[in-house]
Amino acid sequence: MNLVINGQQKSVSEHIRTIEELMNELKLNPQLVIVEQNGQVIDKQSYSVAPVNEGDQLELVKFVGGG
Amino acid sequence: MHEPNYDSFKRYSRQILFQPIGKNGQEKLKEKHVLIIGAGALGSGCAEILARSGVGTLTIADRDYVEESNLQRQQLYTEEDASTSLPKAYAAEQRLKQINQSIEISGLVTDVTPEVLERFSDVDLIIDATDNFDTRLSINDFCQKQNIPWIYGACLGSYGISYNFIPGKTPCMSCLLEQIPLTGATCDSEGIIAPAVQMVTSIQTAEALKILTENWDSLRTTLLSFDLWNNERSEIDVSVLKTDSCLSCGANPDFPYLKYQHQTKAAVLCGRNTVQIRPGSPHQADLSHWESVFQGLGYNTRRNSYLLSVSLEKPYRLVCFLDGRVFIHGTNDIQKAKSIYYRFFGS
Repeated sequence: MNLVINGQQKSVSEHIRTIEELMNELKLNPQLVIVEQNGQVIDKQSYSVAPVNEGDQLELVKFVGGG
Repeated sequence: MHEPNYDSFKRYSRQILFQPIGKNGQEKLKEKHVLIIGAGALGSGCAEILARSGVGTLTIADRDYVEESNLQRQQLYTEEDASTSLPKAYAAEQRLKQINQSIEISGLVTDVTPEVLERFSDVDLIIDATDNFDTRLSINDFCQKQNIPWIYGACLGSYGISYNFIPGKTPCMSCLLEQIPLTGATCDSEGIIAPAVQMVTSIQTAEALKILTENWDSLRTTLLSFDLWNNERSEIDVSVLKTDSCLSCGANPDFPYLKYQHQTKAAVLCGRNTVQIRPGSPHQADLSHWESVFQGLGYNTRRNSYLLSVSLEKPYRLVCFLDGRVFIHGTNDIQKAKSIYYRFFGS
């Protein structure tokens, strides 16, 4: 499946259905990531059900601690 | 030879020529007090830029001391600071005073607890340059309570992130995070490159200049992140995440992270294989007394005016600070560190 993630074309596994599954593939901790999908910020509680579709534009911003 | 008058505005002429700041903005900067929390990579960079910019009063607080592995990215420090294990806040203060003698600069060697924050309820802005979310969430609650803007910044590897938290306008950090993230694993394993630090400090200080010169309309309103190695950049408008029921910034705030039970007495230091133990009641430690105690026990010690370092059984080493804090080096295990601490310092 082809997605645009943070402005770049990315190809991810075809079996990915939800935001949470996408995060697992990208090795991101859902607790630390804010997701915007096609211009809409996604509620954290719904990552496990929110669908990901071919061509989606996603912005993924992860919180880190280092300073 | 012409002796420049460093108190004059001449030194800021190029910044004054920048129209959105101007003479008016420069005068505003002089009236402002900024608290920088953390004097590591981000704190060094932000402090240097704000000192050079002419912010009237700067306070920089940090709990750690300078080590060799800091020199690659922590721009205020020298090899000599590392070899003498100078506390970062003190070394930063010395260096910043060399850079700009016409402003007030003070370094504070301390762990920034809610009690310490209470002394700064009159600052105009807080710059977050810490390495942990415990402190950030205390800053977040304190700033909501006192109506002080603060600028989050963090970096890891080639990645950086920043956000302007403006009480009453933007969501707060509790709205965005919901709970304290466990970040211990990350900083140990991924390292950091200096350009990621510089990018975050540039973003933080540009926003700081806008806030301090009251150019509110120019303030960035998005959560911003970038990855300099993978050539990615992302911005999200997170204003919809502001939560009315939030305990830090909602309709009935309770400021949970300013409360005693949320304060950690023992904390693993990011990327250091070190645990900090903070005594229940802060007290001035008599370092020369402790030096003779440890020497009496047969341990090698090293002492400067600010701290005492004791080599214990390998791989452990402890460092006592004047404010009573102790670092246990050689472990990330809080229980192990506590047991070493209590062997020497009782309960």
